[in-house]
Amino acid sequence: MELVSNAPSGPIERSWETHKFGLKLVNPANKRKHNIIVVGTGLAGGSAAASLGELGYNVHCFCFQDSPRRAHSIAAQGGINAAKNYHNDGDSVYRLFYDTVKGGDFRAREANVYRLAQVSVNIIDQCVAQGVPFAREYGGLLDNRSFGGAQVSRTFYARGQTGQQLLLGAYQALERQVGLGTVKMYPRTEMLDLIVIDGKARGIVTRSLNDGKLGVHFGDAVVLATGGYGNVFYLSTNAKGCNATAIWRAYKRGALFANPCFTQIHPTCIPVAGDYQSKLTLMSESLRNDGRIWVPKKAGDKRNPASIPEEERDYYLETRYPSFGNLVPRDIASRAAKAVCDAGRGVGETGLGVYLDFSEALKRLGPQKIAERYGNLFEMYERITGENPYEVPMRIFPATHYTMGGLWVDYNLMSTIPGLFVLGEANFSDHGANRLGASALMQGLADGYFIIPYTIGSYLANIKTERYSEDAPAAKEAVANVAAITKKLLDANGKRTVDSYHRELGKILWDYCGMSRNAAGLKKAAGMIAELRQDFWRNVRVLGSNEEFNQSLEKAGRVADFFELGELLCMDALHRNESCGGHFREEYQTDGEALRDDANFCYVAAWGFQGAGRPPSLTKEPLVFNYVKPSQRSYK
Amino acid sequence: MVRYEVPGVNEHMSFLEMLDMLNERLTEKGEDPIAFDHDCREGICGMCGMMINGKAHGGFKGTTVCQLHMRHFKDGDELYLEPWRAAAFPVVKDLAVDRSAFDRIIAAGGFISVPTGSPPDGNAIPVPKEDADLAMDAAACIGCGACVAACPNAAAALFVGAKISHLAHLPQGQPERKRRALAMVRQMNREGFANCSNIGECEAACPKQIKLEVIALNNADYIKAAFTERPETVSGGVG
Repeated sequence: MELVSNAPSGPIERSWETHKFGLKLVNPANKRKHNIIVVGTGLAGGSAAASLGELGYNVHCFCFQDSPRRAHSIAAQGGINAAKNYHNDGDSVYRLFYDTVKGGDFRAREANVYRLAQVSVNIIDQCVAQGVPFAREYGGLLDNRSFGGAQVSRTFYARGQTGQQLLLGAYQALERQVGLGTVKMYPRTEMLDLIVIDGKARGIVTRSLNDGKLGVHFGDAVVLATGGYGNVFYLSTNAKGCNATAIWRAYKRGALFANPCFTQIHPTCIPVAGDYQSKLTLMSESLRNDGRIWVPKKAGDKRNPASIPEEERDYYLETRYPSFGNLVPRDIASRAAKAVCDAGRGVGETGLGVYLDFSEALKRLGPQKIAERYGNLFEMYERITGENPYEVPMRIFPATHYTMGGLWVDYNLMSTIPGLFVLGEANFSDHGANRLGASALMQGLADGYFIIPYTIGSYLANIKTERYSEDAPAAKEAVANVAAITKKLLDANGKRTVDSYHRELGKILWDYCGMSRNAAGLKKAAGMIAELRQDFWRNVRVLGSNEEFNQSLEKAGRVADFFELGELLCMDALHRNESCGGHFREEYQTDGEALRDDANFCYVAAWGFQGAGRPPSLTKEPLVFNYVKPSQRSYK
Repeated sequence: MVRYEVPGVNEHMSFLEMLDMLNERLTEKGEDPIAFDHDCREGICGMCGMMINGKAHGGFKGTTVCQLHMRHFKDGDELYLEPWRAAAFPVVKDLAVDRSAFDRIIAAGGFISVPTGSPPDGNAIPVPKEDADLAMDAAACIGCGACVAACPNAAAALFVGAKISHLAHLPQGQPERKRRALAMVRQMNREGFANCSNIGECEAACPKQIKLEVIALNNADYIKAAFTERPETVSGGVG
């Protein structure tokens, strides 16, 4: 199989314009004859469903939560990037493009990233018009801040709740379409299989989480916007319900899975407190603008932070990366924290933590200014840890946050299954091996508002609309497949809970396939996961029946998929004999920094399912850099 | 009513982690775990919520139940857990309820009608910082339903008022301001939420500390609109 990216050639500044003009249109009268299925209602899915409904398509939209407003985009704190250059500080579409390609450690497709930077400016306009209450300056204009390692102020924000406000904007646009009858919403409904007929995605099989009823939904195209797979690590900053089931089952129907080993560990999260921990909480990276990160210089120094004198503190990011200091990109900050903790200089009870100290900023700006900037974050920290960050430095530690890998898509955001489109975190396309701060919200909304409405039309204009019945063999087979998985989970009737398996799987991945990886560890982890997976199917205990609201059963299906995904994650990490972005292989480093191997690994690794128990196929999409020349990333 | 003993609770656990632990133990014993809604566990998605000893989310200032930690309770405390109490929120199972009425209220008018496309530049419409801040205060609502559960009338006035205020404080929200108030209030009444009688329990229970003033603004907008709007602009239209 050859992967055709469909990325336009010619000058990159004009490529999206030219490409759009080449896309076929669907006659307005014909739009309502097309059914489109959208799975997921976060920034990507919500904005896509709203925009497609508004264009006149017949949209069926699904989410597992009780309301589309709950999707985990809502938890994003920091902000959204846009190349507006409102502050006259030298920003431009080209600079945002350049920063994103470089930040992704040269493992993203240039044309996609350029388009993302271009439409970033439209997103802000769109959201302002919807009533998103972005922060303002006293003159009434939009305020910006510098964020996540950017040297320009291009981040728009709404207090510490930017994701919430953007999502509510998309949700309100979506509900408006629900009210107008162009979108039918199916909350508490989970997609469990993809229906592929004659090589094209034609529908999905769903399970109602209220009563277990299976549903067959046909569409001329299926859009997956189901988020990332960070919960494969069990502990992550994702919501408890975030899962990979929709994309994984699409993978098993033939969609290629790209770069699964590109996972992002976020440097500023509240450290793990105990075995009962169910999730990790992110503290916005904006805190690094004013907080200083340090650990004691001496290993095993358990003194109270206030009694450690200045000269015995190691502000390791400031010393090592003088030009970026505490604002180095996430992958670098996380690895540096791991390194000092591995050296026994970590703080807190577990030794897995570093200080994020505001005492200097409190002196410089005063508590009121600090409260204005970070008040809600400080309160959240205190609520969780019982410590007051105005008085004691925060303790932070890296945690799994985002997954850059995902289903492979071409420039039109279509997967290797015609008619199956993948948006937002669920696809692999724009962030390469590492995502920059405030770029996830940008990508989700770019895909949903400004890309899919164009590209899906061209696909629909080129295919014949077919009407199928539930008796179609592919539909019956998919329903039978879902029913069989459910039955197997309920029939195991073993001894261990789903969560106990999930926790153990997450620990294996965190230990061997987390912030740093090596060949021996990855091989070991793959073996351990395979063994644990077999034990899971024999010994898991799921009580109750399918025909009821059964949260253990929901979780069991998702964890079953995480086992398989975890194995692929290790396999991809093992095959990529280089370090880049969030993927750090201990064998490949120079002076402690990631060492890329552009001669051999400048490609997207896309894995294809070949049947249970058989190794997946590997297809490579070579990456060509015509504009941003690959260089060793340096933030020193 | 079922009574469960939960020994071995760590003070750093969140309330939901305590329930997780109980559910693990129940499953191991072969007893049905307790169903409860939750998702982000960061106090922002609005999916969790239950009454603890008669108080929504447990009654701690500005705190959803997922952010509530066990250090606030004493060993040996007896806690009564109930689902949200409101006829408009039917119980799904155990502590999980159906809040789709909220979605239908938003669908009726809780938005600004703007097509995806080419709106004016973001800075073309200046918004005084004070107005943007007031809009943001109201927009912080997470739609959890604690206001309804805490209200003796099970009214949804705080939820509706929060959306009305968010959009009414912004210039972009002005063109549809009147019809929005009428449409949302009408849908609220249809869903079976009772009237607000200014008791204020909602404000006290709100984990995002939305203020009662949003209800006052909603009432003002609604009354003004009821006198001045023509009936045809309220029913139907193109959204």
